[in-house]
Amino acid sequence: MNWLLDNFDLIGRLTVEHLQLSVPPIVLGFLISIPLGWLAFRFKLTRGLLLTVAGLLYTIPSLALLPILPVILGISFLSPLNLTVALTIYAVAIMARSIADALTSVDPAVRQAATAMGYGAWRRFWAVEFPLAGPVVLAGVRVAAVSTISLVTVGALIGVESLGYLFTNGYQRTIVAEILTGVVMVVVIALVVDFLLARLGRLLMPWAPRRQRRVRAGAVPLSVVGGAA
Amino acid sequence: MNLLADAFAWIFSPDRLTGSAPLPQAIALHLFYTFLATAIAAVIAIPLGYFIGHTGRGRNLAIGVSGAARAIPSFGLILLLVLVVGVTQKPLAATIAFVLLGIPSILAGAYTGLEAIDRRVVDAARAVGMTEWQILTKVEIPLGLPLLIGGIRAGALQIVATVVLAAYVNLGGLGFYIIQGIPLRRFDMILGSAIVIVVLALVLDGLFALVQHLVVPRGVTAGRTKELRTSSPRRRAVVESPTV
Amino acid sequence: MFTARNKGRLALGAVVVGAALALSGCASGDPLDSGTDDSGSSETITIGSQAYYSNEIIAEIYAQALENAGFTVERQFNIGQRDAYLPSLENGDVDLFPEYTGNLLQFYSPDTTATTSDDVYAELADALPEGLTVLDQSTATDQDSYNVTKEFADANNLASLEDLAAVTVPLTLGGAAELEERPYGPAGLLSVYGATVGFSATGDTTVEDLLAGTVNIANVYSADPRIQTENLVTLEDPKGLFLASNVVPLVNAEIADSIADVINAVQAKLTPEGLVALNVQSTVDQESSEDIAKAWLSENGLI
Repeated sequence: MNWLLDNFDLIGRLTVEHLQLSVPPIVLGFLISIPLGWLAFRFKLTRGLLLTVAGLLYTIPSLALLPILPVILGISFLSPLNLTVALTIYAVAIMARSIADALTSVDPAVRQAATAMGYGAWRRFWAVEFPLAGPVVLAGVRVAAVSTISLVTVGALIGVESLGYLFTNGYQRTIVAEILTGVVMVVVIALVVDFLLARLGRLLMPWAPRRQRRVRAGAVPLSVVGGAA
Repeated sequence: MNLLADAFAWIFSPDRLTGSAPLPQAIALHLFYTFLATAIAAVIAIPLGYFIGHTGRGRNLAIGVSGAARAIPSFGLILLLVLVVGVTQKPLAATIAFVLLGIPSILAGAYTGLEAIDRRVVDAARAVGMTEWQILTKVEIPLGLPLLIGGIRAGALQIVATVVLAAYVNLGGLGFYIIQGIPLRRFDMILGSAIVIVVLALVLDGLFALVQHLVVPRGVTAGRTKELRTSSPRRRAVVESPTV
Repeated sequence: MFTARNKGRLALGAVVVGAALALSGCASGDPLDSGTDDSGSSETITIGSQAYYSNEIIAEIYAQALENAGFTVERQFNIGQRDAYLPSLENGDVDLFPEYTGNLLQFYSPDTTATTSDDVYAELADALPEGLTVLDQSTATDQDSYNVTKEFADANNLASLEDLAAVTVPLTLGGAAELEERPYGPAGLLSVYGATVGFSATGDTTVEDLLAGTVNIANVYSADPRIQTENLVTLEDPKGLFLASNVVPLVNAEIADSIADVINAVQAKLTPEGLVALNVQSTVDQESSEDIAKAWLSENGLI
């Protein structure tokens, strides 16, 4: 454990960098997913297409996607932008599906009632449908957040510094404490962010049930989503 | 695009059959590790998942563990286990990592599959006089199969992606060309192998999706009424599947 | 929805999300503005390093030496491959990089025939593109070398690479994944020394694999302390398969003169044994590059 005590500032610095790499894909992914999820929900045609594409994208292993992106985007092969775009893609793949599912789960009777009361389509979406879909959307955001934080480490293979540096450096110098610290820190950050998001959800949606209700017949739970490493 | 053409030329070049890592061999090795780890993970996770799903006990723990396991960085886990288990036992260390990463998805697939079943069906089975074991094997497992297969599918794909990363520790498999290609600046090699990996993942995903579709018990498919959603709330009233 | 209470919650939520965006916005790791704010200032030197712990130590030594001389230093370590950092060096995003003469020469002139330290250094000066130059090379080297265990050497009478062709057991070479395609890899061994070897991409665990016997020859970098501690035998290279690879500072030509004195003083003090000792401190004693650099600089009277 000597290594751990000697390297607090390194760990701290890498943690900050790690977070800075994780946040943009999650936020961007969320913003992009809202219109995409709505499209998938609203039009049957786009639903099939969108969800299939999302599923396929999430299936692509990260180390394979990272070299393909520079070719498509025309940017430098080892630019950190590759990692950001790849992570955003994975985040969108998760969240678009969850937003689509969430909107589907809103009781149509409520939607009709809102229209009956005089809500226009735009206001109805933001005032009624989206808030009611909130808990499921949040579940998707949490999964995407945890997944993104974990995936940032793969950037170590294309030279993007994050907590993943502790893996390759520790492996090179055969210092187990270093790799272990890296793994533990990533897990801790992911769980903390997950917890904070849950809290944020409770803050913004006080009407949502605290405990996750039993799954309805037919709904595919997000916990089953696995995919890209 | 020139680069794309180079990549395909790389994939189909006869050189792929020579050298320290011939392409067919790499694909075979990759699939071997994937199926081995998926099988082991399934053997561990499915009975556990069924227990949790049938009895309802340990559910929160399982959810917590699944959530936490998703947070584990697979790349770090492989390197850690290789150093801990020993560099002479890389396949073993890597397989342990793969299994650990595949278990959460399969576990989730197993217990949510059982949870998603209408309680009344289970009650009816109990009322008819089935023992707990019969309920599990004759009712819950068949009905839970689609979600279970979905969980195995997710787990297998997670493992495929992790095997790609394991090339860093010289495990073989398709990731090797990317690891070798980056310092050599051989973009045809990198892109070519990336394409092969993506195709492999998609084919695997498609096969599992097919199985998931085929595995739905015939009785369930027959009894489904088409779910109707109104496209505009101004039209007729919604007709939902009967909830009585 | 927009009651007073809910507005409060919404506002708080917006603040949280805004904070998250702001955190990501002022990221120094933001991919779109890598260190350009420093290229204008003549006092700030940006130093990079490879994703190799030994290289990072040397970079840290340069950094602390320059800081001691009054420069402001920005560290961008572990940039990774030459593809990534050479463009940054050329356009001024990075000013200084510890490099190795032979490998760097091979990068720019793959067909070079120079092999000795002086020849390589001379050719390197010409091969570099406009805008890049090198300062003095040190005597310390960290180059590829083929090693076998003492037992294997004794059993097969090996002292030099020329002896490999006569070995009767199958030979497997271990090293970084890209070694398979390098000119001094299996192809080079065959054409220069007539030895046929298989290949296994052992990467970072090459030495462990050599000791365990999964490979019988390994490419171990010459500054690796384990060559001595594990009693490995470095096979001699009379025909010059490997280029000499001395530690040399690669600098952006514009700032070369301002830092030459400081860095050349460091280079003069860096010896082969010294470099090995630095590596020992990193891997065996598990010390950080900062501590190692500070200790080395004070021992050598440079701080």
